[in-house]
Amino acid sequence: MTSYFQSLGLTYEWSWFIATIAGILLIALPLMLAVAMIIYVDRKIWAAMALRKGPNVVGPFGLLQSFADGLKVFLQETIIPSASNKGLFLIAPIITFTVALMAWAVIPFNSGAVLADINVGLLYILAVSSLGVYGVVISGWASNSKYPFFSAMRAAAQMISYEVSIGFILICVVLWSGTFNLNGIVEAQQGHGLGIVNGYFFNLLLFPMWVMFLISSLAETARAPFDLTEAESELVAGYQTEYSSMAFALFWLGEYANVLLMCTLNAVLFFGGWLPPLDIPVLYLIPGWLWLFAKIFFFFFVFSWVKATVPRYRYDQLMRLGWKIFLPMSLLFVVLVSGWLMVTRYGA
Amino acid sequence: MSVAHLVKSFTLWEFVKAHTLTLKYFFKPKATINYPFEKNPLSPRFRGEHALRRYPNGEERCIACKLCEAICPAQAITIEAEPRDDGSRRTTRYDIDMTKCIYCGFCQEACPVDAIVEGPNFEYATETREELLYDKAKLLANGDKWERAIAANLEADAPYR
Repeated sequence: MTSYFQSLGLTYEWSWFIATIAGILLIALPLMLAVAMIIYVDRKIWAAMALRKGPNVVGPFGLLQSFADGLKVFLQETIIPSASNKGLFLIAPIITFTVALMAWAVIPFNSGAVLADINVGLLYILAVSSLGVYGVVISGWASNSKYPFFSAMRAAAQMISYEVSIGFILICVVLWSGTFNLNGIVEAQQGHGLGIVNGYFFNLLLFPMWVMFLISSLAETARAPFDLTEAESELVAGYQTEYSSMAFALFWLGEYANVLLMCTLNAVLFFGGWLPPLDIPVLYLIPGWLWLFAKIFFFFFVFSWVKATVPRYRYDQLMRLGWKIFLPMSLLFVVLVSGWLMVTRYGA
Repeated sequence: MSVAHLVKSFTLWEFVKAHTLTLKYFFKPKATINYPFEKNPLSPRFRGEHALRRYPNGEERCIACKLCEAICPAQAITIEAEPRDDGSRRTTRYDIDMTKCIYCGFCQEACPVDAIVEGPNFEYATETREELLYDKAKLLANGDKWERAIAANLEADAPYR
């Protein structure tokens, strides 16, 4: 895009700047729209599995429900508790929201269609998704209220526990593809399974890793069954309890943007990203970003499906799963994967 | 921990089973009723908003016996009465505090002349609390408005009383 702006007679610096801003808007605005629609889809799927119809009044099939909710929230008064730490209280939702958007910079939407094609894309995503917990922790602390504080403690412990195993899972993927660049990881998955299936899931050593990554991404985004941070029966609404109006909406948007990011990571790391599911020339006629969107939607369906099915974990069960099952399992698989690659690829 | 248990937990067997079940439900016809557009049928015995009925000639039924006031467990009914100009005994005041009412239906059970009844209407939410303090005029107006439905319900239920 930079060269296009240069052809309009701008200097390289200016064209780079404008191209980057345009790229950010091209990702962030559709993402916000996608988040609004995905909240609606989430509610619809959840409702359908509970034999309900879900939102169906605002607009055709209730499609405009999220926008109506957004407008309602926008018109509400922002209530700041008098005992709260005002600055931190207001900055927490901004952190959550910004960090949720930041990670999208390295997601490849098509071959080479990525805002920041950095070589350590996966590390960047790990770093940014770890930052996400700050929004939750700060909001819980700044609210100066019991339940948000409990929720923040839980969120911190939960995210740290599951990031550890996510890290090891990602190491397996990186070992296999030999690069941290997400584009490179996608390309390495071409014809990975028997020369015809695109994606690492079609691999006996990486399939268990994918299952664990899916479960860990549920925990990482605090979705059911790991939504202990906002367990409404114990903690009212967790760290969001004291929030209202746009601050609440920012948490809401950030949370769902994170969910979408995790769905995207599932698609990119294990299901071949923008590659079609099978390595057949005809399937490449459909543009890559459509394949990616289809995969993201599929994973989002799985996320909603899980939410509609399983009850919430108890806190000790969550910790047991993270530290006593996922951590040793992922460590074992790092050893297995690197051993396998050592023998087959590098011939030790 | 037996081998079977290990295999079950590592293949997430229970989760797979649960998710197949919910997926089946996903495609089932939905039980929801589109409330404001669709409504459930109501029993003739449904106890909704109160109404004071009149005789077909327009005379109000209530004879101010105060049985309903006496039986009301929530003490929501207030009645004052004195003889009218033509000598018949009528209420001068008949108030029901709808915020106190528990919709037990004792008032309509107690009424010897079927004057106070609980009609089929349940959509009378108001914006202020004061609007829920019904007086005699409001109750008589309700009676006029819902008379046909109330009469039909009373007739439908009569064989069982």
